[in-house]
Amino acid sequence: MWTRLVTALALFAATPVATAIESGSHVEDFEIYLNNEASLQRGAKYFVNHCLSCHSARYMRYSRLAEDLGLTADQVEKNLIFTGQKIGETMTNAMRSEDAKRWFGNAPPDLTLVARSRGVDWLYSYLRSFYLDPARPFGVNNLVYPNVNMPHVLAQLQGGQRPVYEDDDRGGEEKVIDHLELVQPGLMTSEEYDRMVRDLVTFMAYMAEPARLARLRVGMWVMLFLIVLLVLSYLLKKEYWKDVH
Amino acid sequence: MARSNHGLMSWIDARFPLTETWEKHVSKYFTPNNFNIWYYFGSLALLVLVIQFVSGVFLTMNYKPSAQEAFGSIEYIMRDVEWGWLIRYMHSTGASAFFVVVYVHMFRGLMYGSFKAPRELIWIIGMLIYLTLMAEAFMGYLLPWGQMSYWGAQVIVNLFGTIPVIGPELALWIRGDYVVSDATLNRFFALHVTLIPLVLIALVIAHIAALHKVGSNNPEGVEFKKDKNQDVVPAGSVPFHPYYTVKDTFGAVAFLLVFCAVMFFAPELGGYFLERENFVPADPLATPEHIAPLWYFTPFYSILRAVPNPFMGVVAMGTAVLILFFLPWIDRNPIKSVRYRSPLHKLNLLIFAVAFIVLGYLGTEPARPLLAELAARFSNIYFLFFAVLWVHSSPRSAAFKIGWFITLLIAVVLFDLVLRYSEETASLMFTALLIPVAYLAVMLLLPLFTRLGQDKPVPEQLSAAVV
Repeated sequence: MWTRLVTALALFAATPVATAIESGSHVEDFEIYLNNEASLQRGAKYFVNHCLSCHSARYMRYSRLAEDLGLTADQVEKNLIFTGQKIGETMTNAMRSEDAKRWFGNAPPDLTLVARSRGVDWLYSYLRSFYLDPARPFGVNNLVYPNVNMPHVLAQLQGGQRPVYEDDDRGGEEKVIDHLELVQPGLMTSEEYDRMVRDLVTFMAYMAEPARLARLRVGMWVMLFLIVLLVLSYLLKKEYWKDVH
Repeated sequence: MARSNHGLMSWIDARFPLTETWEKHVSKYFTPNNFNIWYYFGSLALLVLVIQFVSGVFLTMNYKPSAQEAFGSIEYIMRDVEWGWLIRYMHSTGASAFFVVVYVHMFRGLMYGSFKAPRELIWIIGMLIYLTLMAEAFMGYLLPWGQMSYWGAQVIVNLFGTIPVIGPELALWIRGDYVVSDATLNRFFALHVTLIPLVLIALVIAHIAALHKVGSNNPEGVEFKKDKNQDVVPAGSVPFHPYYTVKDTFGAVAFLLVFCAVMFFAPELGGYFLERENFVPADPLATPEHIAPLWYFTPFYSILRAVPNPFMGVVAMGTAVLILFFLPWIDRNPIKSVRYRSPLHKLNLLIFAVAFIVLGYLGTEPARPLLAELAARFSNIYFLFFAVLWVHSSPRSAAFKIGWFITLLIAVVLFDLVLRYSEETASLMFTALLIPVAYLAVMLLLPLFTRLGQDKPVPEQLSAAVV
């Protein structure tokens, strides 16, 4: 009987909060803290400023965002809506996909669920892994998403990174990138930039599943209730079965 | 039949067999008193069925079965519908829970010989439930219209296309289009919410009706003696109510604890219950790198992939499922319970369970050469299990066992040479041949030198002392 309870607890304990990912060699682990309201608010600001002009978040409603991030409708309308939309609408943009295809080679994907499809580890690493590569149309490439068509929209803030190759005596044509090195300083120090990406990814994790905090909160109460019920139903069973051998 | 003094009850009983049914199936339905933990899973399957029905009804109220709107309507449920996220996770966790519970329930039957006479029909109806459940799960998985929904359905429908002559037409008929499309989504939705659930309920009723005709088996595999007088509780049994109603209530709460832990704290269960790729809307122009069905189909998917020829792969997969129907006539050993069977039989069951789980894991992984070879070898074991089960049905002579060892070995090698041989993987293939050889040697040759193949004497009847 108790094995099942133990299994439940083991499962509960072993469940990682961050979703697992098939980590490539350059993907770093990233822990999100959705309870950090200030971080979420900053993330929302970065998202509408830097991402939303090309990407959409067409399943995310501004009003829901206001409610969950502790903002008033007025604050959201003044500071986060640049598209002339109403507070009850979802976060779309004005870029037509035909234009996008012409400009970037393919339309920028919708970002509502990207934290669930790619994972937060991947997003965090991706946004920090752009490097200068004159061979690419926008002059940048990415370590975790090689030959991506997206320009480095945060380059002004991060600066430019240069790839540092692994030492190998074979001297072959194909060099393996070991890590990246900042060569052109941006407006932010690298600590500031990492913090910004952390806020941004935290917001995107929230956006991918706005109900997550409610789910964890309700879940705790449900588990407590079931544990009490388990004890009671066990005692009841024991009482009925005491004469049976 | 006990006479009810209650006015309303006697009024009803004169017109409808309410008290009679209650007594026959619940309060005077006598059940062995020695059920162990494995016996919870039948009632748990019923519980999950109810969970799926209730959550499914609420999902249907908000879901839009069209290629344009399906993906968005799921996100609408997750975000804008009150408690929608709970309903959706309940249904997605419930789908996987259904298969967990059913697989354990089936293995219980295998362990204690619950499929043996007079319970063959219970087993066969149960297998029909399992097949129906597979159809229900497969069609339901298309509905979120994510990348895995779409490409998983594409792959599975294409399997029907490999059947000679009628295959392509059949696949076209199932899809209603040349590719999986809006038409496919619409008809899968219709089947998922109407016809298949109805069949499922009818089969579940038949399953229980057949069970109540012959009574439950138990971990001892020995029947208790029924008394002619219905009011006497036979030794070794208890009335289903209140004994098993309270016991199953405890089991249900313990199950819900695990179920809710997953539903609230890990609804994706690391990508096994909700796949990562399925958070990307279906795109007919972009095939994902690695397509795998959800975990409950992967043991059979592994068997499919173990055979390079697509049609023969489908045949192997189909056989793997259908062979289970014939279990009552394969394992003919009169001893039901594993408790009185030989140590080798116990090991055989364990190996089968392990092989099934390993095949399940391999089915979720890309088919790299080593993993593909392992999948082929564990597929061998999956099928050899049934042959060994038959050989172990009764005491056999040494010559008989050696004969079957050689015959089965030749069958495996022939399978390798005819269907799987390629020069690149030949050395790997013959090294891995050791796996089925070792399995067969232990199961069929070891009893020649040891007493591991001997069954134990079975007690005559279920006594009150058995717990």
